[in-house]
Amino acid sequence: MKAQSLPFIRRAASEIFQSLLVSCWFMFLTFPIMVIKVNPLERTIDWQWMRLVWIGLAVFPLSFVWRWLMKRKEHGGGQDGEDSWQKRLGEKIRADRKIYTALLAILAVFVAAFPFMFSSYQTQIMISALMYVMLGLGLNIVVGLAGLLDLGYVAFYAVGAYSYALLNHHFGLGFWPALPLGAGLAAVCGILLGFPVLRLRGDYLAIVTLGFGEIIRLVLENWNAFSFGPSGIAGISRPWFFGADLSLGQHTVFLYFIVLILVGFTILVVNRLRNSRIGRAWIALREDEVACQAMGIDKTRTKLTAFALGATWAGFVGCVFAAKTTFINPASFTFMESAIILSIVVLGGMGSIIGVIVGAMVLILLPEYLRAFSEYRMLVFGASMVLIMVFRPQGIIVGVRQHYRFGRKESTEEQGERDAASA
Amino acid sequence: MDYFLELFFGGLTRGSIYALIALGYTMVYGIIELINFAHGEIYMIGAFTALIAASALSLLGLNGPALLILAGLIAVIYSAAYGYTIEKVAYKPLRKAQRLSPLISAIGMSIFLQNYVLLAQTSDFLSFPTLVDEFAFMEPVSHIMRSSELLIVATTLVSTVLLTLFIKFSRMGKAMRATAQDKTMAMLLGININRVISVTFIIGSGLAAIGGVLISNHIGQINFYIGFIAGIKAFTAAVLGGIGSVPGAVLGGLILGWTESFATGYVSSDYEDVFAFGLLVFILIFRPAGILGRSTKDKV
Repeated sequence: MKAQSLPFIRRAASEIFQSLLVSCWFMFLTFPIMVIKVNPLERTIDWQWMRLVWIGLAVFPLSFVWRWLMKRKEHGGGQDGEDSWQKRLGEKIRADRKIYTALLAILAVFVAAFPFMFSSYQTQIMISALMYVMLGLGLNIVVGLAGLLDLGYVAFYAVGAYSYALLNHHFGLGFWPALPLGAGLAAVCGILLGFPVLRLRGDYLAIVTLGFGEIIRLVLENWNAFSFGPSGIAGISRPWFFGADLSLGQHTVFLYFIVLILVGFTILVVNRLRNSRIGRAWIALREDEVACQAMGIDKTRTKLTAFALGATWAGFVGCVFAAKTTFINPASFTFMESAIILSIVVLGGMGSIIGVIVGAMVLILLPEYLRAFSEYRMLVFGASMVLIMVFRPQGIIVGVRQHYRFGRKESTEEQGERDAASA
Repeated sequence: MDYFLELFFGGLTRGSIYALIALGYTMVYGIIELINFAHGEIYMIGAFTALIAASALSLLGLNGPALLILAGLIAVIYSAAYGYTIEKVAYKPLRKAQRLSPLISAIGMSIFLQNYVLLAQTSDFLSFPTLVDEFAFMEPVSHIMRSSELLIVATTLVSTVLLTLFIKFSRMGKAMRATAQDKTMAMLLGININRVISVTFIIGSGLAAIGGVLISNHIGQINFYIGFIAGIKAFTAAVLGGIGSVPGAVLGGLILGWTESFATGYVSSDYEDVFAFGLLVFILIFRPAGILGRSTKDKV
């Protein structure tokens, strides 16, 4: 009896000791910033020792949880089980047309009834979430499919928004004609950015796109004669609805449906694009540039179309954004925005459409519903981003790679596909 | 001429700070190919820790260079500890994941740290105490170069030389170079990769903290947001010089500093960042791997 219980006690003791160490380490780490609060005006210092106690008490149990989750992840037991559970559910839904159509119908009814079921405020939030779904899907073309890391995606969003705002301000152009114009201008900007960066790879591309985004924002901020500087443009018209005079609430509902239709359109197009010749070329380019060129794919054209098509969606959403807020200024187009959109793509699961939708919902609705935490909102947000990535590095929804099934040779063919996918 | 010299030394100071931060980016990138977006926040935490330590120590009656050195030392130790912890919490579990996952984790970490300092301290600008008086021998040239600027340039020079010697000659430095070249092979030869990565983060964070303390001492005020801009600029500098290369980071930092300084002085301060990024794009068009970066041939 004693022989059996001894190792257990020893293990428990070592676990507790480990957590104690971690706890002490974090207390040491947070000591100056949490405990000592400087008041530079009166040259005094407030000591807040209670905070240190709280940190110690919070970290101690959390370190157990962390280690337990890590162990589970390493052994792959829980994680794999979850994956296969998700996969089986996905396959079942896809295989059974009845369940599939039923689910789709329920979703459609819910989505259509949303603005009538919930308040105008909730609808506004949903509009933003849907806008980010579109942005995510657009960036997914560039990052997820073509594998080009773009950290300045917000620039195209700004181009779309400013094209509508300026066209409306100077020429009184309405939302509907501005929508394709804004998207077109964004696409042109995408190609303009694409040319100089064609030779760059990986993280060099990332910093140049980041720089491009910042340049666009700074120009908008400082070129007063063109963009009205930091004060922005106000009084942008709302979308025209057969000349009807809509109230603010009705406008929100109308805009909700515009965005909804645009999202549907985006999903349709992106889905078709992915399985098209150009979509396959993007994926090939992502996997291996040299091999891709050897197969006769024009690298220049493929990359430029990825940039242009990705930018197009940002242009669309930019127009919608200007119409939604009726006021824009450069402060809405900072690098943080690009980072959030990129996070949507990666967090949701790269390359997967449902993943991007889930990612946008999580990242946009999370801060909204975290308002209960008021000032701790962004703290929790940042921490959740880290935690989701640490415990689900492949994203919330894992993209399923399409592959052909050949009757008898299935096993070898699939093996090959799987190898390619894991490479 | 005086105006030119003033801009020159202003650019040199700025560039030195960029170089100090860029070294951390470049070292981390060289070893684990990660853009450590939280690196700018480490710099900010270094500045804050120094401010807090300096305020607390000045209550004890310390002042002058002793205070600066002690506060700086505390800031370096704490920043290194933060760098070490961040690596363990946010990047180490993701070492085998796809390339973009640690990047998102780093962005999340950056948001977290910014708000952590914002909530624990304040969102306002805090005035940073002047820790060193003007040196007497700098009197004749004080209109061109202030003493704090001299301090920045000298410290950067010493740190860079020490770092280069460390990487070239020490056992750990050799292990770092080996890891950067081929991680698997280094592991097979008995190098403790985890320790190498930890040391890289510790050194990089320490250097960022030095930069943070010096620039705060020079400018005189800090807030929780300073790390973000500095981080992006330093990353630009690292890429400009060729990411992964230590002399490249210093060169990139200096070039960026001078570009900004001269653009501000002779053109317009509104467009200094536009010039900085424009230069980056321009150089990368002609040298896609940065100024001192080696372009590697791709193989299938």
